[in-house]
Amino acid sequence: MHYLTSEEVTALEVTANQLRQSVIEMLTEAGSGHTAGPLGMADIFALLYFAVMRHDPQNPTWDDRDRLVLSNGHICPILYATLAHAGYFPTEELLTLRKFGSRLQGHPHREALPGIETSSGPLGSGLSQAVGMALAERMNNPYSAKYFYCITGDGELNEGQIWEAAMLAGKEKLHNLIVIVDRNGIQIDGYTKDVMPLEPLYEKFESFGFDVQEVDGHNIRAVNDAIGKAQAVYSQPSLIIAHTIASRGVDVFERDFRWHGNPPGKGPEDRVAKQQQAQVALKKLRTLAGTINEHDIS
Amino acid sequence: MFADHLQPDLQIDTVLREPTRNGYGDGLLEAARHNEQVVALSADLTESTRTLPFAEAFPQRFVQVGIAEQNMASVASGMAAMGKVPFIASYAMFSPGRSWEQVRTTIAYNNANVKIVGAHAGVSVGPDGATHQAIEDLALMRVIPNMVVLAPADIHEAKQATLAAARYVGPVYLRIGRSPTPVVTTPASPFMIGEAVRMYERSPDHEATVGIVTTGSLLFNGLMAAQALNQQGVGASVLHCATIKPLDDARLVAFASEHRRIITVEEHQVAGGLGGAVAEVLSEQCPTPLCRIGVRDAFGQSGEPDELITHYGMGIDVIIKAAEGLVTRFA
Repeated sequence: MHYLTSEEVTALEVTANQLRQSVIEMLTEAGSGHTAGPLGMADIFALLYFAVMRHDPQNPTWDDRDRLVLSNGHICPILYATLAHAGYFPTEELLTLRKFGSRLQGHPHREALPGIETSSGPLGSGLSQAVGMALAERMNNPYSAKYFYCITGDGELNEGQIWEAAMLAGKEKLHNLIVIVDRNGIQIDGYTKDVMPLEPLYEKFESFGFDVQEVDGHNIRAVNDAIGKAQAVYSQPSLIIAHTIASRGVDVFERDFRWHGNPPGKGPEDRVAKQQQAQVALKKLRTLAGTINEHDIS
Repeated sequence: MFADHLQPDLQIDTVLREPTRNGYGDGLLEAARHNEQVVALSADLTESTRTLPFAEAFPQRFVQVGIAEQNMASVASGMAAMGKVPFIASYAMFSPGRSWEQVRTTIAYNNANVKIVGAHAGVSVGPDGATHQAIEDLALMRVIPNMVVLAPADIHEAKQATLAAARYVGPVYLRIGRSPTPVVTTPASPFMIGEAVRMYERSPDHEATVGIVTTGSLLFNGLMAAQALNQQGVGASVLHCATIKPLDDARLVAFASEHRRIITVEEHQVAGGLGGAVAEVLSEQCPTPLCRIGVRDAFGQSGEPDELITHYGMGIDVIIKAAEGLVTRFA
């Protein structure tokens, strides 16, 4: 693994904020889509695509690339923003999200867009596919250095298929599988602890045969260290419970499950009126990024 | 006249009977020897789906996923993404019955090169009863884009279909059955995905009167009915569709326009399977009086396979009566 310098961490934080700005712009233009998950996972996506994963935006089907399976497909705005900023396709195309004829489908479609490893949206099946990929790779080459990253939501863990896949990953001791759970504590209907309690989550996955870690999902250095440790585990699959803040970066949206499935302009109004939501979010993010301009202040 | 590539001297009392699942087991083994990327997954039904010979010959290429059909479908999709050619076998009621959405999204929408093998299809599963008798699977698979749907007639055609599925790049559903059914074709019988085959030609002495379109193991009943009808002076022929999707529209339309009355025969609900597919094509391209033989909006039940085929109206006599009825109603 690569230990990050302070300069590299700062650069990744700036990148994450740029990704968040793209997410707000995309969702606002689309007029529908999910806000909380994409904002909450921006730091981890910046880390994975700009520091951790081996991949080549100029050659998206490069055989030796690491694979990232987005199991909770609804947070695809952050995947799209990351792929565009990494150079897979022009950033201007981000504003076509969810529109007719766009390669940026409402939920990701592998056949449509380079860099997408699988179509997803219906929850619970991405982990199975990542397990299948990791298993096939081990058959193809027992000495392979590829890693298979799978991002899941926490609400998604309600799905029975997740546990079917977890059983198989544990049985097969898939050391090349690294699962990152976006533990933001919300799902559409409310807080995960109310909709369907998941705890003790660490122990659940540990008992299924995973090496489990818990980290602050916004501490880029901590997540990088956790991924490094996961890569070093050779007899088990790994799972990182990344504690994140839903809608991280826009304080007036943060931690509120009502932002799970609404875009700026259509979210709850108790803290910001609908027509100001996009502008307030962008102003906040530009302030964090140090790129605020006079227009934002007025 | 029976097609010359069929078994000689086909008769009800003497015909050999073998389960189509055995043809799958043989075909899988042969496909695996041809292509080292062929892998097989099982959800705790390795022996009865006839995946066991493969598992014993290629243990490194066999994955036991446990009783988890939804996981099996998506794991196979992931393996296909890494270049494998996965065959996933279970009972059709569970895979693709239970795993339909995973098949649709993770296999078909991804256009993943996965072969879904639905064993123990039809009421001829027998004593296990309705919960295990998939009679909706053809309909479930036929409506999914990218999916090829195969329902071979016998052990030889099942082997050929398995080998063809392994060569074909893309999702395939292959339907096989549990109980021994008549061996009608030979290894020399033609098999191509998407091509229907004329298996019986009416006597040249009779005018073309009824066309019998079959799929799966009821081909044999179709053949016996056609022979009996010709002996009664009714010019009946048989077109066998081992591929339900893509249906061989051209041969079907030619067959219908020649015979002017069509009977479909399948061990499946008449809605959505072969009967549905034929009705769709003919009503658009060649409107033809049609009688669909199969299960009519009912669940199965326990019993011996032959009893159930008779009870649900898929016997030879029913096909003959249907032909006579069509001739009377559409003179």
